Amino acid sequence: MPYLPQTPSQTAGPYVHIGLAPRLAGLPAAAMDRDAPIAGPRCAGDRISVTGRILDAAGAPVRDAMIEVWQANAEGIFAHPDDPRRNELEPDFRGWGRMACDFETGEWGLQTVCPGAAPGGGAPHLSLWIVARGINTGLATRVYFPENTAANAADPVLDMVEPHRRPTLIAARDGAAGAGAYRFDIRLRGPGETVFLDL
Amino acid sequence: MTGAFYPIDRRRHPPAFDDAYKSTVARAPQFPLLSLETPPAERMGPVFGHADLGERDNDLLRNFAAPGSDGPVGERVVLHGHVLDEDARPVPGTLVEIWQANAGGRYRHVNDGYLAPLDPAFGGCGRTLTDAQGYYAFRTVKPGAYPWRNGTDSWRPAHVHFSVFGSGFAQRLITQMYFEGDPLIPLCPIVRTIPDPEAVEQLVARLDMKAAQPFDALAYRFDIVLRGRRATPFENRPEGG
Ligand SMILES: [Fe+3]
Repeated sequence: MPYLPQTPSQTAGPYVHIGLAPRLAGLPAAAMDRDAPIAGPRCAGDRISVTGRILDAAGAPVRDAMIEVWQANAEGIFAHPDDPRRNELEPDFRGWGRMACDFETGEWGLQTVCPGAAPGGGAPHLSLWIVARGINTGLATRVYFPENTAANAADPVLDMVEPHRRPTLIAARDGAAGAGAYRFDIRLRGPGETVFLDL
Repeated sequence: MTGAFYPIDRRRHPPAFDDAYKSTVARAPQFPLLSLETPPAERMGPVFGHADLGERDNDLLRNFAAPGSDGPVGERVVLHGHVLDEDARPVPGTLVEIWQANAGGRYRHVNDGYLAPLDPAFGGCGRTLTDAQGYYAFRTVKPGAYPWRNGTDSWRPAHVHFSVFGSGFAQRLITQMYFEGDPLIPLCPIVRTIPDPEAVEQLVARLDMKAAQPFDALAYRFDIVLRGRRATPFENRPEGG
């Protein structure tokens, strides 16, 4: 049986919102909204927010990008049939969400519960996937948390990153914004370029 | 735990940087991607169900038009095919989302100022779940070509944007589907980011008269192939994660 060749990627373009975040494009159709929370109100764990910008080679904010996030709940369980503890999951935990950058400022942000460590899964993290005009193949990266010094030091993914680039994968505490608030800027190219993963 | 994905075949996908597609110049990473055997977290991904869908989400002829409207202007088409992996296994129950311009080449988007008019009966957004065989289908109108700011004569061929989830986050794919016979395809700088002409052919949907709806709509067939997964008969990685 021959292998089938992979369908090539193409950029999501500047109008990605029509399909993936229709309300932002100005589409009124309620049935098409995709606003379900990553972690609903009944989910256990510490509430966190992560905000940031995506910057290009000139340091200019990318204002037409879309980001998806995938994460485990506070106990390190994923909302997926392959997770052996899936039946312990809160019913309103989805673990997936979609954010678009603000058309004016480029800011994006998410609210969720702080992920826990999954058995064999390394340090707690958020998995991100970024698409935009000018990005030919979606870019994967991860957000780790600065408090988890020991777990981050033992994380198998961070371990493969050159030490001077590891900080690009670790969120910064956003003291001004209160407890549980983090910032995570993504640099697509140039000085301080974020580490992107070929998973 | 299911296995790691086969690597992304970088010979078939476009490189990040291509100075003929100017938007990539400031947005393409310079460093090589960090290659990993798919970690457990990204072998899994979101699961969607019929509760996430509206009744007419896969029918762009009707999902935006006011009740009683004649529907959108343009050539009525069925777009359909299978979502498979590299091992030719169907990818069932996966969310497929599409977006496109109307028949005049105008997007219903606050940032699109192209002078072609909006169509009051067309939104340009659709989604559906593949069935147990990986099959999906949409009804829509064929989108128009449109000019874009790259060169002064850069026109996009008629295309529909496709987003597919697959069974794990590392399988996520966004691409574009073109229509057989369109002379703009070989001229397009975005199409030409793909180095292998055979790989471009994989994005060109074929006219499919057997699936046409008589006296209603033509049909085009577009199969999508996602990364396959390694078998894990001797997996000794800890469970979970
Ligand atoms: Fe487009």
